[in-house]
Amino acid sequence: MKEKLHQLKLKYQGKKMAPAFNALHTFLYTPNDTTHSGGHVRAADDLKRTMNTVIMALVPCLLFGMFNAGYQHYSAINGFPENFDLFEHFLTWDNFWLGLVTVLPLVIVSYGVGLAIEFLFAVIKGHEVEEGYLVTGMLVPLIVPVDTPLWMLAIAVAFGVVIGKEVFGGTGMNILNPALTIRAFLFFAYPTWMSGDKVWVHGAVDRAGTADAISGETVLGFLAQGNASEISYTLSDMFYGFIPGSVGETSKLLILLGALFLIFSKIASWRIMVSAVIGALTMGLIFNGVVEAGWLPEYSKFYELMSFDFWKHLLVGGLAFGIVFMATDPVTGSQTNRGKWFYGFFIGLLSVMIRVFNPGYPEGVFLAILLMNVFAPTIDHYVVRGNIKKRLKRLKTATIYPKNSDEVDSLKTETA
Amino acid sequence: MALLSKKDTNLILDPLADNNPITIQVLGICSALAITAELKASVVMAVSVMFVLAMGNVAISLLRNVIPSKIRIIVQLVVVATLVIIVDQVLKAFAYELSKTLSVFVGLIITNCIIMGRFEAFALGNGPWKSFLDGIGNAAGYGIILVIVGFFRELLGSGTLFGFKVLGDPVTKTGLYSIGYENNGFMIIPPAALIVVGIIIWVQRSRNRSLIEEA
Repeated sequence: MKEKLHQLKLKYQGKKMAPAFNALHTFLYTPNDTTHSGGHVRAADDLKRTMNTVIMALVPCLLFGMFNAGYQHYSAINGFPENFDLFEHFLTWDNFWLGLVTVLPLVIVSYGVGLAIEFLFAVIKGHEVEEGYLVTGMLVPLIVPVDTPLWMLAIAVAFGVVIGKEVFGGTGMNILNPALTIRAFLFFAYPTWMSGDKVWVHGAVDRAGTADAISGETVLGFLAQGNASEISYTLSDMFYGFIPGSVGETSKLLILLGALFLIFSKIASWRIMVSAVIGALTMGLIFNGVVEAGWLPEYSKFYELMSFDFWKHLLVGGLAFGIVFMATDPVTGSQTNRGKWFYGFFIGLLSVMIRVFNPGYPEGVFLAILLMNVFAPTIDHYVVRGNIKKRLKRLKTATIYPKNSDEVDSLKTETA
Repeated sequence: MALLSKKDTNLILDPLADNNPITIQVLGICSALAITAELKASVVMAVSVMFVLAMGNVAISLLRNVIPSKIRIIVQLVVVATLVIIVDQVLKAFAYELSKTLSVFVGLIITNCIIMGRFEAFALGNGPWKSFLDGIGNAAGYGIILVIVGFFRELLGSGTLFGFKVLGDPVTKTGLYSIGYENNGFMIIPPAALIVVGIIIWVQRSRNRSLIEEA
């Protein structure tokens, strides 16, 4: 098989569709014409391997999202089970089947449209297909509401890939995270499908206004409307993810496992994750402090969001998912180690701030990450300049000893 | 004999494409972003700028030998301001609703860099007839971009053209809306105009590679 593919590749070399063929070829097989000797780096983790690792970390979230789509749908109709049992109520075939037929089309559309555009641009530009879309295509279905119309998703993906990535020169050159560009486009273009209490549960939009109407408000949605007393979800519900929300963002347990996997496989930066968590907690603490000091009257519309315990912010909404899988994007994030601390910290800080003060939509992690994407090069610039200054200062105060002629000679014999 | 010599024709046609004020010289972007959410406003803005630029160019061209060069900017401003006030008053008298939509942006034609740019670069050194043609051409180049942007923004953002519901009625769900189509709210907000203008620039430079600036 491998040999045959290689022969095919030689046959089509230089033809117009060659990039498209090569992309599929190298997806699973190493091409024959790699170097086998000489001073080259021969590590296994090329771009495709990196992408596949991230996708592996995302698969549990996707599967959980499918079960949760079914669970939220049936619970909204029949009421939430009294004595919750994981196998009896959650991991059932009914739940999985409903999740499959609602979530799988999102995945297919996301990959279909995105990869089609990548192939198109590769053929136009005449270079190899870039693998950048592999992770984006998996992230997109996980960060949208379950009932997002497929044509909207297709338009958003086309916009995100072309305007968010290809115009800058393709994978590795983009300023903004393409998955978040797609999410932001959906949010601004079709706000009624992206917010409110109807979009998070499958079927709720169709049933609105009928006798069978159902709804599922997110925890943040309740807080933003000042209905904290109506939240029926326990802390463990929030942690394990049995709450309404975008498809893959609800289970903090699986996101945590994905985070550990990415950190130990050294794909994602732990610095960004840790500093983002610190940033979010800091902002939460500031808000809690403002409320405790009595500076905020109870009738304020921010009261409930601001008095929400600071550490609970990590358990609700897309903050955890964004920090682990989106903020750590190696292309759009800061590159320097010190820069990563600043970059992550401000993502956490701004996420919670936007979440509290955004009047239309109580979530801000995607906006915060996009904003910091824009600032990442600036942060790096100042980190690098600071380092140069530090080293120049060190050079000024350093005493440079005159060179010992004996030592120079011995060095010469060593390196010869 | 042709109505216009070849040189004169170029004065009008050049700014339409290869020397477009918006996409090539990147002037007058502010109003292109602000008022292009509706096609009607775009057209009115284009016509207003055409009037101001053509008349202003002629006026400056006639005065070009008597304006002391030290105070020429002030004189130019007086000319533009006069013309803009005329346009503003006419709009308020005959198209009040529209002048409310355009709001401050009619007044801001004064600061449109295209106008001062043409006065400085062309009218101060050429005769009135040529200056008139140059004004018409540049305003048309500006207007054509405004109309293209307005067309896409109104069609995709509101589903209408000149206020007519060409895609059906979103409230009663007729036409495209009956199969689940929805207006794109993103096209209403000004950043969308920036992206549409960007795409026009992209298409134009891909078709004519000599327009691409050296990096």
